[in-house]
Amino acid sequence: MSLTSEGGHGAVPTGAEIPVEPRPAASRRDWPLYEVFVRGKRGLNHVHVGSLHAPDDEMAVHAARDVYTRRNEGVSIWVVKAADITASSPDEKDPLFAPSGDKVYRHPTFYEIPEDVPHM
Amino acid sequence: MSAPTLERPAPDEAALQRQFDATIAADHRIEPRDWMPEGYRRTLIRQVAQHAHSEIIGMQPEGDWLLAAPSLRRKAILLAKVQDEAGHGMYLYSAAETLGADRADLTDKLIERKQKYSSIFNYPTLSYADVGVIGWLVDGAAICNQVPLCRSSYGPYARAMIRICKEESFHQRQGYELLMTMMRGTDEQRAMVQDSVDRWWWPSLMMFGPPDDDSPNSAQSMAWGIKRHSNDELRQRFVDMSVPQAEFLGVTLPDPDLTWDEQSGHWRFGAIDWDEFKRVISGHGPANDERIARRRAARDDNAWVTEAATAYARKHDGGRPAEEHAGSAA
Repeated sequence: MSLTSEGGHGAVPTGAEIPVEPRPAASRRDWPLYEVFVRGKRGLNHVHVGSLHAPDDEMAVHAARDVYTRRNEGVSIWVVKAADITASSPDEKDPLFAPSGDKVYRHPTFYEIPEDVPHM
Repeated sequence: MSAPTLERPAPDEAALQRQFDATIAADHRIEPRDWMPEGYRRTLIRQVAQHAHSEIIGMQPEGDWLLAAPSLRRKAILLAKVQDEAGHGMYLYSAAETLGADRADLTDKLIERKQKYSSIFNYPTLSYADVGVIGWLVDGAAICNQVPLCRSSYGPYARAMIRICKEESFHQRQGYELLMTMMRGTDEQRAMVQDSVDRWWWPSLMMFGPPDDDSPNSAQSMAWGIKRHSNDELRQRFVDMSVPQAEFLGVTLPDPDLTWDEQSGHWRFGAIDWDEFKRVISGHGPANDERIARRRAARDDNAWVTEAATAYARKHDGGRPAEEHAGSAA
């Protein structure tokens, strides 16, 4: 049995004898997955903090409060079904972000201004 | 010039592997939708899922004292701590799901004993002093393990660990404060604390896992940035931290071989009973059956709540079936 201590609360087996692949039958039984976003305080954006399963939107907000804001970590919560999120693909990183890469003139440092020009 | 095409070239696995290696080498984080080697993904699911299971099962030994805690103050503290353990389990299941695991399925694997949890939670809490000693020693050992995990190479795991570590500090301090209070009490209370330390000290040392020369997967985990320090290194750090704390408290650690080594600047300790560790982790500890039985009852006896909430949601959510959901993207 191969064990690692870094299972947080102590050594756990990490060898191939421990199964990791989900069974489709079990996967279909659970409530939908929601992603949770919390505004830490007024003046800040909502930030992604994790996910949870809930039967509907309202229960997702209640569960998010219990799981992610037990110590005043937030003043506002957003939840959204994970299935409703459209994300850019990491495979397309280069073509998607390339157009901004060669436009150095969008940055203020591109422009040379003598140091003695005031307030610039 | 050829006609424009929407077809993307087939992914080149060697190039993806190089990109992955470069990300690890630069000490950057791997994120959920990045390509990752299958072994990396599987090792992380095993580790994160079993860590989550440890938090969830970890509610039980202390939960046993919720109704018997001696004052409203102590009950409120213990309840907050047990709730935190549930929260930690949830953060970690959330991280495991970003790797393609399914939460309900992981719970099934725990109940079917296919996946494990930390051996420490298979010991019973025989007296109220155990609540204090678990906070001091067991959570103290967990902190030693968990602080380096805040720099784990897998982003969602590292972020979950940062949240957990912030909360563990409360766990350890409430335990130590409880013990200091008991040590200021009667002889009987002091004897309870000593008895508890005698029972928990060695299992706490076992939490760090087998000695480095008997830990075959460690090297790969270190190379992947999943593991940051060796088992023996972390164990030594824990012993060095705990000895002066025991002295301050006025308890004796149950190890006649514990001696200060001037030359290395470390406390030397006696041999650990690895046979006991192997017995407990493979299912033959004092409380393994009870822990799993209670987790199974929680799943099965509460199934009607899950079903009722699902039925209610279906009725009020335009009939959208609750089962349709994709894996976590974040």
